[in-house]
Amino acid sequence: MGVVRPSSLGEVLDALSSAPDAHLLAGGTDFMVEVNFGHRRPDHIVALRRVPELQGWTADNGTFDLGAMVTYRQIERELAGDLPAFAAAARTVGSPQIRNAGTVGGNIGTASPAGDALPLLTALDAQVVCAGTEGKRTVALTDYITGPKRTDRRRGEVVTRVRFDRVRGPQHFLKIGPRNAMAISVACLALVLDLDHRQVRVGLGSAGPRPARPREAEQFAAGALDWDTGHMAPDDVDEFARMVGAATAPITDHRGTTEYRTHAVGVLARRALVRALRDVAGPDTARRDAAGRDTAGDDIGGTGQEE
Amino acid sequence: MEDQSVTYGLRINDRDHGVQAGWLGESLLYVLRERLGLPGAKNACEQGECGSCSVLLDGVLVCSCCVLAADAVGSDIRTVEGLGDPDTLTDVQQAFLDEGAVQCGFCTPGLVVTLHDLLEHRPDADELAVREAISGNLCRCTGYGRIFAAVAAVQRQRAQARDGVSGV
Amino acid sequence: MGSPVSSAPVTREGVRDGVGADVLRPDGIPKVQGRFGFSSDLFAEGMLWGRTLRSPHPAARIRSIDTSAAEQIAGVQVVVTAADVPGKATYGLEHDDQPVFAADVIRYQGEPVAAVAADHPEVAWRAVQAIEVDYEPVDPLIDSEVAIDAEPIHPDGNVFRHLRIVHGHPDATADVIVEGSYEVGMQDQAFMGPESGMAIPDGDGGVDLYISTQWLHVDRDQVAACLGLDPAQVRLTLAGVGGAFGAREDVSLQVHVCLLALRTGRPVKMIYSREESFYGHVHRHPARMHYRHHADRDGTLVKVEARIVLDGGAYASSSTAVIANACAFAAGPYRVPHVYVEGWAVRTNNPPCGAMRGFGAVQSCFAHEAQMDKLAAALDMDPVDLRLHNALAPGDTLPTGQVITGTAPVRECIQAAMRHPLPDDVDGDPLQFPGGTGRTADREHIRRGVGFAVGFKNLMFSEGFDDYSTAAVRVERGPDGKPTATVHCAAAELGQGFVTLAQQIVRTELGVTRVQLRPADTAVGSAGSSSASRQTWMSGGAVKAACEDVRERLLERVAQQRGIEVRGARREVLELRHGVIEHVDAGWTVSLTDALADGPVEQTHEYHHPKTHPLDRDGQGDAHVSFVFAAHRAVVDVDSELGLVRVRQISTGQDVGKALNPLQVVGQIEGGIAQGVGLAVMEEIVVDGGRILNPSFTDYLIPTALDMPEVVATLIEQPEPGAPFGAKGVGEPPTISSTPAVMSAIRAATGLDLTRVPIRPDDLALAPDRD
Repeated sequence: MGVVRPSSLGEVLDALSSAPDAHLLAGGTDFMVEVNFGHRRPDHIVALRRVPELQGWTADNGTFDLGAMVTYRQIERELAGDLPAFAAAARTVGSPQIRNAGTVGGNIGTASPAGDALPLLTALDAQVVCAGTEGKRTVALTDYITGPKRTDRRRGEVVTRVRFDRVRGPQHFLKIGPRNAMAISVACLALVLDLDHRQVRVGLGSAGPRPARPREAEQFAAGALDWDTGHMAPDDVDEFARMVGAATAPITDHRGTTEYRTHAVGVLARRALVRALRDVAGPDTARRDAAGRDTAGDDIGGTGQEE
Repeated sequence: MEDQSVTYGLRINDRDHGVQAGWLGESLLYVLRERLGLPGAKNACEQGECGSCSVLLDGVLVCSCCVLAADAVGSDIRTVEGLGDPDTLTDVQQAFLDEGAVQCGFCTPGLVVTLHDLLEHRPDADELAVREAISGNLCRCTGYGRIFAAVAAVQRQRAQARDGVSGV
Repeated sequence: MGSPVSSAPVTREGVRDGVGADVLRPDGIPKVQGRFGFSSDLFAEGMLWGRTLRSPHPAARIRSIDTSAAEQIAGVQVVVTAADVPGKATYGLEHDDQPVFAADVIRYQGEPVAAVAADHPEVAWRAVQAIEVDYEPVDPLIDSEVAIDAEPIHPDGNVFRHLRIVHGHPDATADVIVEGSYEVGMQDQAFMGPESGMAIPDGDGGVDLYISTQWLHVDRDQVAACLGLDPAQVRLTLAGVGGAFGAREDVSLQVHVCLLALRTGRPVKMIYSREESFYGHVHRHPARMHYRHHADRDGTLVKVEARIVLDGGAYASSSTAVIANACAFAAGPYRVPHVYVEGWAVRTNNPPCGAMRGFGAVQSCFAHEAQMDKLAAALDMDPVDLRLHNALAPGDTLPTGQVITGTAPVRECIQAAMRHPLPDDVDGDPLQFPGGTGRTADREHIRRGVGFAVGFKNLMFSEGFDDYSTAAVRVERGPDGKPTATVHCAAAELGQGFVTLAQQIVRTELGVTRVQLRPADTAVGSAGSSSASRQTWMSGGAVKAACEDVRERLLERVAQQRGIEVRGARREVLELRHGVIEHVDAGWTVSLTDALADGPVEQTHEYHHPKTHPLDRDGQGDAHVSFVFAAHRAVVDVDSELGLVRVRQISTGQDVGKALNPLQVVGQIEGGIAQGVGLAVMEEIVVDGGRILNPSFTDYLIPTALDMPEVVATLIEQPEPGAPFGAKGVGEPPTISSTPAVMSAIRAATGLDLTRVPIRPDDLALAPDRD
């Protein structure tokens, strides 16, 4: 029992073949907290941070390929141009210290319903590449995560890469937390307009046992949107938002109630779509469309108790 | 616990340290504080939520409570004790004193490390960027006001030194 | 024969680093270098690690405890339970109703049942898991209203205290009446430095304890009693404290760690994890309050009625004093001729509650300020004008019948808070919008609101409690021949800066620049608690008085040496000024160095404040020494649709008497406001069925640097008669009216009648009348 510090994927697989239930240590931000609080006892540990096959990212031929050990910090800094919603999501994870260590592979492996990288990856139809003692396989993220903190990981297997196709179009990520930084998501949402395929893609977080796609809402929006002008009737925007809310199955816990989450997801959906429409149409058109739906119009009003 | 005993070496503040027969599950924070006589990093939460244990691992700011000590092998670790030299305060440390940014002091080492890192990489960070950069360092005593003042003071001093301006 | 010393006050101008200056703290250098020794940094050769077993149930009977498996684990040195407590089985601040270890009854989730000492913290953890306790859970009593008349869950009953304040005519009424029910959730002090300490047995049956605490002597007394030892055998030294805010007034690990040390004969260190810390200390009392305000049409307050129930949780702690405060200050800092308040502090199986910064006044202030806003609306009157119209002033009578004989610059505080320019409109980087990094709001979703509140409370302990302080000051020639002063005072430095003040006071009083501080310990007399905003006055007063005594002795010594006698009336003859003793008439001087040639001068002074009196059955009595006031104006930006709030600015005027160290005062104000903001918008220990659902910093949220508003503070300096240097304590007022000011602003932004703190997003987003 102890810690193994492999410096290649081959060495990782060797370690796993002799200890298939060994813990795979990525950024440590989930695992060490559990150890510190006695919720998990370490046994065999295979440390992944020296394995080059898990590092770095590429964006060739219209496909993004991220190593499992890519950190939120890298996503925030290096992918902000190509994947602004991903960078926005990364920016909301924990603290700067946590973002420097936390990894996308770890987020997938932990599979928390509140995982911040997961909604966008879900919206982008991400694929999880795994290597194991029985060989390599590629699984859709939505199939890999099977439930709250449950995955389809096989014994002796390690997530090596995450892949998704480049999508041309605006993308937004919004997350509700009860404070302005360092907050576990109460509800979050990623929205992508796929201009080439004329699809609306939405990934929901903290709104059910695992990240979900509200397919009916997506299809409705895709049909209601004028893809040439970026225009969508305000009533249709509202209906889209309502449908997204209705597609969720959030729980009530100490972080939020079912009622609030359902309501909030709808609000996030509307705001994300409006932002995306603005990106396509240009600010004036979208604001004209959206003005009747949002509170207080352009002015910051309501100072109530001014002296 | 003999079956989970690990022995390894760590490089901290430019010196080599050995850990003999440590328990496998010890965090870098624990090892610094309880084995290596470096209690500067603090244990306010041990769950990555407060930043009081912040250290630099290969130049990257991390929570040492979230680092498995036995996996920190081969890295360059810098703690608050390794900033500046023992006889002189860094400008960040001096500014903390001058601006009244220290009360109980428990969050202070983590903040000092975080700010050294921030100001080295983003010397001209504006107030909002500073707030975001230290949003992972919880302080319960000060309300952060004097901490912002300390950072602004250091930025002014460093800018003046850079530009060779003798300042008001 | 009169004294040769001057009876006129020594002038103080020109003293460097004395009272009134922004002097830097003496422990600052080690703190910024990470070398300052906190209680969790302690180390001793051969030390063991202690750990506590705590009940998972909020209410249960204990049928049996089996420690045998734990004892057999390699590396475990001892396991102790209630049966091993050699002295008193219970302890407590006001009533000793709290068991060292639960023996047959569990009354709250987290109640200690056993403790272990082992070679390594992991071994201690395993040992705790291996202790087998057969619990029989019972239904917990969790409703504070129900608790009043419910079957007692403790032999002492369920009501810690029930009191009334009856002032004026109970039947008085007026034309305009507003009524409301209000609730305050359970806030936590959430200090950064976890509970920790080290106990070292002295080999003679006694023990030395190095500990983080707010009051060394009261800890010492409880530890001695529970260990069956004479207090002289239990010596406490303050180890570095990482904040307290009320959470360290009660004993937490003190008895446990000393018991483990005595049983093993070895040093034992204990540190609580953050999770354990949430179970291991008292919290702020949740409150349910119902109020009725009566006023004339011109806005003059006629009557305030209030009913207040505080949930004290399983054990008494300081609940009897907290409810007295909540009631005494229930009407707010206003002139009210008729007041009827009824208050209960009750026992439940919820987590125990006790002191937290503001101590009962926080809860009342939230309610009375919400009422004042409601009243202003009913009167169609500006809310600030309504406060000014009714503001207390010196000479006014309080609802307890006590007349304010000190300063009460309520109007000045209000005007100062209102004077500062409002911040610029919402704009710029969306990171500043409500929602922060989550980027949920665009500008059009945000509404701004401005709100206001004013509050007050007492300084020092009340109702006849003689919370004196002791300080010893010694002056001698240092190794280099220059005068050195040493202060020995047991005042617990928690971060608030008492250590700085102690040095400043000695410099001002004696003109000695070099001032050392001995560690705070029980070798000197009690300094009382670092709470109730009292240490500046009481321990500062003790240091000042000890300095005066030293000065007297020095001047007497010089007078004797010079053969000076004074007959008849006292008049200025000898004076100590700027470190030099001067004969005022003859003009000759003696340096302090020379005056100390014959040896050191040391004086110990026990400093008492004026006597106070208990509240009678109608809540009448001169129960308090002094009062302190503050006003806050808050500006918030609200995204109502999502229920997210960003507090943008808080401006305050605070009654400080005299700012002895303005930099430290500002630090206290900003820190206190942060805690007030936290209570308004994010901080709550969520308790369900007696269980804490969020015992971690992941889900008990305190403000980060991105949550903190801009703070603008104006210090109102009207010296308080009778207070050393005229200074009032400053720690608590910022926490009292900042919360209701933020709530007032949120109501203004949303139009919602919000009656509970902290607000949750649901309260705004799902409100039926949300606009």
